[in-house]
This record gives sequence, structure tokens and C-alpha cells, in this order.
Amino acid sequence: MSARRLRRRVVSGLMTGLVAGLCLVAVLALLLILGHLVAKGASSLDWSFFVKNPVPAGQAGGGVANAIVGTVIVVGVAALIGLPIGIGTGLYLAEYGSGRLGWVVRFVADVLNGTPSIVVGIFAWTWLVKPMGGFSALAGSVALAALMVPMLARTTEEMVRLVPHSLREAALALGYPRWRTSLRIIARTALAGIVTGCLVGIARIAGETAPLLFTALGNLNFTTHVLQPMQTLSLQIFVYATGPFDEWHRLAWAAALVLMGLVLLLALAARAAVRQRHGTAR
Amino acid sequence: MTTLPLEPPPATQAARPVIPGRPVLLGRNTGDRLYRAALTGLALSLPLLLVALVFELSASAWPAITRFGFRFVWTSVWDPVAGVFGAAPMIFGTIASSLLALLFAVPLALGVAIYLTEFSPKWLRQPVAFLVELLAAIPSVVYGLWGIFVLIPFLRAYVVPPLRAVLGWTPFLQGVFYGNSLLAGCVILAIMIVPYIAAVSREVLLAVPSSQREAALGMGATRWEAVWTAVVPYGRAGLIGAVILGLGRALGETMAVTMLIGNRHDIGLSVLQPAYTMAAAIANEFSEATTNLYQSALFEVGLILFVLTVVVNALARLMIWRVARGTAVGSRAL
Repeated sequence: MSARRLRRRVVSGLMTGLVAGLCLVAVLALLLILGHLVAKGASSLDWSFFVKNPVPAGQAGGGVANAIVGTVIVVGVAALIGLPIGIGTGLYLAEYGSGRLGWVVRFVADVLNGTPSIVVGIFAWTWLVKPMGGFSALAGSVALAALMVPMLARTTEEMVRLVPHSLREAALALGYPRWRTSLRIIARTALAGIVTGCLVGIARIAGETAPLLFTALGNLNFTTHVLQPMQTLSLQIFVYATGPFDEWHRLAWAAALVLMGLVLLLALAARAAVRQRHGTAR
Repeated sequence: MTTLPLEPPPATQAARPVIPGRPVLLGRNTGDRLYRAALTGLALSLPLLLVALVFELSASAWPAITRFGFRFVWTSVWDPVAGVFGAAPMIFGTIASSLLALLFAVPLALGVAIYLTEFSPKWLRQPVAFLVELLAAIPSVVYGLWGIFVLIPFLRAYVVPPLRAVLGWTPFLQGVFYGNSLLAGCVILAIMIVPYIAAVSREVLLAVPSSQREAALGMGATRWEAVWTAVVPYGRAGLIGAVILGLGRALGETMAVTMLIGNRHDIGLSVLQPAYTMAAAIANEFSEATTNLYQSALFEVGLILFVLTVVVNALARLMIWRVARGTAVGSRAL
């Protein structure tokens, strides 16, 4: 009996060690990737990297100014389109979503959430690029917005549902109309959560490449015109990483570091917003 | 306030007590109705988007569907010049790479989830969970870059030679290892889907009532036995759902796989050989698709991929809902 007991305790200890080890491996993978990004990319981050445009293939030097500006524009426009629709849909689901339409919208959001981004990319191509007669940053933004809306709708709904019912009842009892209760009391109380959802959503689309391949396309020149092809960091990394030149690979690592920094910043800001919510709500 | 309040009234007015006889209710209802109509309009955009997506994919794929029928799924000839298209290698590669990725990802993700919910010290939980979820924040194209310049050299130097030494006689490890291969693709996929599976599994395990643990421990089980015989079986449906959700992610993953899997239109058993996936085929060939039929074939690939992910995701949600009913588990995973 005691040998058996010992064996069970040993197994328990071993398995605890195993799951801890697996957890460590996952964290290590993250640290490895981030470490390589810094190790291989940081040395290329100089002034010219940020302010110069790409030089012809094979030449040394050049930067990714066009891609950085392009990323900000494409993602910014996508956010302008996607945030109102996503938040509005989320509010609808939380306020009026108990009926059949609510069920449909929720189901569709979940379906679209799992849709491969490349599929959304070719869809945007048929709906925007083909009729408009050319690749454009705007088409890319719409594709990214379509990826962001379903996720945002579900997080907003969840955050709004977390607001205690008593708040709503109190506002309604004071004679506040329902729509103002929803916007000024409920949505404002859930604001930190909604902001978190927005930041996470933006972080997710900022690194997307697949939907941009056939919409924003990429551009070697600097442009701020949203109806023209535009370069983004993600597209630039794809081209540089799969290209044959060492110089390109160097720039790809640096661009990846910048993109990762951008995404991390958004993710950390989202986390800070969550903290704030927990700080004030309790 | 008998007119329509198109402008929101100032806040102070709203809190004023309703004076009997004043027809305020009319105005209030109008505001509510407008609000509801506006939100409904926004919410309708999602179903409309889905309908448009399905319609457009089907319409664009129609020429290929009528031309090839079921042969499209079963045959392996992909010859744009001759106008003959069979997507079997891509479908095979998509499913093979995703399933192989699960093989690596599931133990890792479940390890993370079990450790964080059951064993780790409290102060470690939030930070480690955040770090693991950050894996989902890394852009796909960055995974691809890392895969090309770090993972593949690593596999070539340290993983493939010992694997060959031990299992080289099996059909799974034949051929020359050039780097870009099914193996490289599925390892990167595994890392990419770990955060999704881990996040959902964690929520599922957290939803298991602690009475389950306490009962097992009270019967004299060790901590591991309590987890393995009481907690995990209780959440089994949800955990399977989490895994299927990860599978859905892996099936549709594009950039990293395109950069690593080798993009060869061939069905092979060896994981050291290049393969192809549906998403990678679209990413690679869509801009070169000059003929209508070629383009249509790629749209059909997209349609198949879409339907496959929808089915897989629906299955996953059903499983998860059985455990954590009503919550948006997983849709929130970063």
C-alpha cells in the first residue's frame, strides 16, 4: 500500500512538472521569437530606416517610410470603418439581441470570426478592386474592417453585459430614456472594456497580410492616396523575407521589429485599459 | 418637448421628474426607436456581409464548379496552361498540416491551461497567461520570417538528422530536406494556434466547479489525479471544442504557411517534402491567374476552404457552449 501511495505521489509530481515544463516551452517560444526580432532587427533601426523609401533591388540602404505611413493609413481607415459598425453591433446584441435576429447576428459574427483572412481578401477583390478598376488602400482597409467587426461586436457585447443591471434600472427609474441610458450610462460604464476590445482588434488587423495581397497590393513609392496601391509593413516583410537579397532580409527583420513593437504597444495599452476597469468598477 | 428630439436634450432635463399631462413619452419613444433602428442597421451589416461573401464566392467559382464537378476535389492535376484543375493536393496539404500541427499544439496548450488553472502559484497566472496570449498577437508574416531564418535552419541542423537516424525507414521521412516542407509548416502552425487552444481551454477549466476538485481530493486523490480524473473529464466537451477551434485557425492560416510549406502541388507522405495548402495556393497564384477559369478555380478553392472552416468552427462552438453556455469564449482570444 505504501509503495503504491509513493508511486501515485511520484506520478503526481512528475505530471505537475510536465505541465509546468510545457507551459515553459510555450513562453520560451514567445521569448525566442521576440529575442530574434530584437537581435536581428534592432541594429538596422537607424534614422534612414524610418525616413527613407525603398531603394531598387540589390542596392544597399533605403528604409520603409512608405510602409510605416501606409500601415498607419490602411489600419486607421479600417478602424474608422470598423469601430462604429463593430461597437454598434455589439450594443445591439447586448440591448436587443435576445430575439431571433440577435441569434442570427451572433451566429454570423462567430462564423465570420473564424473565416480565413485570405478568403476575405479575395472577396474584397471581387467587390472593390474589380469594380473600382484598380488596387487601392481603401479596398484593403475595408477587408481589414470586415475582419475586425465580428470580433469587436462580440467583445463589446460581452463588456456591456458585464454592467450591473441595477445601473440600468436606476437610470430608467429616474426617467432616463432607454437610448440615453444605453449610451450614457451602460456604454460609458463599459467604456474601458470596449476600448480594450478596440485596441485588441486594431492590434490584430495591424499585422494582417493576406487580405492586403490583392487589395492594397503594396507600393514601392511613398503615397498617402487611399485610392492607390499602398505599401504596409506586413506586405513589405513578406516581399523582403521571401526575396533573394541579404539586404532585403536585414530590412525584413527591422520592419518586423517595428511592426511587432506597434502590435505589442496596442496589446499593452489594451491590458492597461483592462486594469483600469478593474480598478474603478470594484 | 413635443417636437422630435433630434438633438439629444441636455442631461439635466432627463433627470427631471415627469410632470403628468406632458406628452413627453412620445418624444422619448421616438428617440428609442431611432436608436434601435440605427443599431439594428449596423447589426444587419454582418449577415449582409456573410450573404454577400457566400454569394460572391459561389458566383465566381461557378465556372470551375460546372466544368469540373467533383473531379475538382479528387484529382491532382493543376495545369493552368491546359486549363485543367484538381485541388486534391491542396486539400490534402491543408488537412495534413493542420492535423500534424494539432499533434504538437494540443499537449503544449493543454499543458499551459492545466498548469495555469491548477498548479501555478497565483501571482504567476496573469503574467504567464498574458505572455502565452501574446503569441496570438505576433503577425502571421513575422512567424513566416522567423520560420525561414530561424526555424528551418534549426530543423535542418538539430531535428531532421536525429529523426532520420531513428525513423528514417518510415515513408514519412523520405526524400531530401530542402527546408521548406510540411514539417516546417506544421511546426509554425502549432506555435501559432497554441494561444487559441490554451486560452479557451483555460476558460473551460476555470468553469469547472471547484466541488469537482474538492470531491476528488477529499477521496484521497493526489493533485494530479484530481485534475486528470475529475476536472479534465468534466470539461472534456469544452476542451475538445478548444482543440477544434485551433484546428479551424490552422486550416485558414495563410502567410506563415505560404512562406514555409514549400508550395509544391503534390501529395506525398513525407513530412520533409514540400506541400501546399488551399490558403497558400490562393495567396501565391491569385495575382497570376490570368484566365477566367484559373481565377474561378482559385475561387472554388476559397469556397471549399471557407465551408471547411465554417463547419469546423460551428462544431467547436457547439462543443464549447455545452460547457460554458452563453459566453463568448474564444471570440475574445487576442
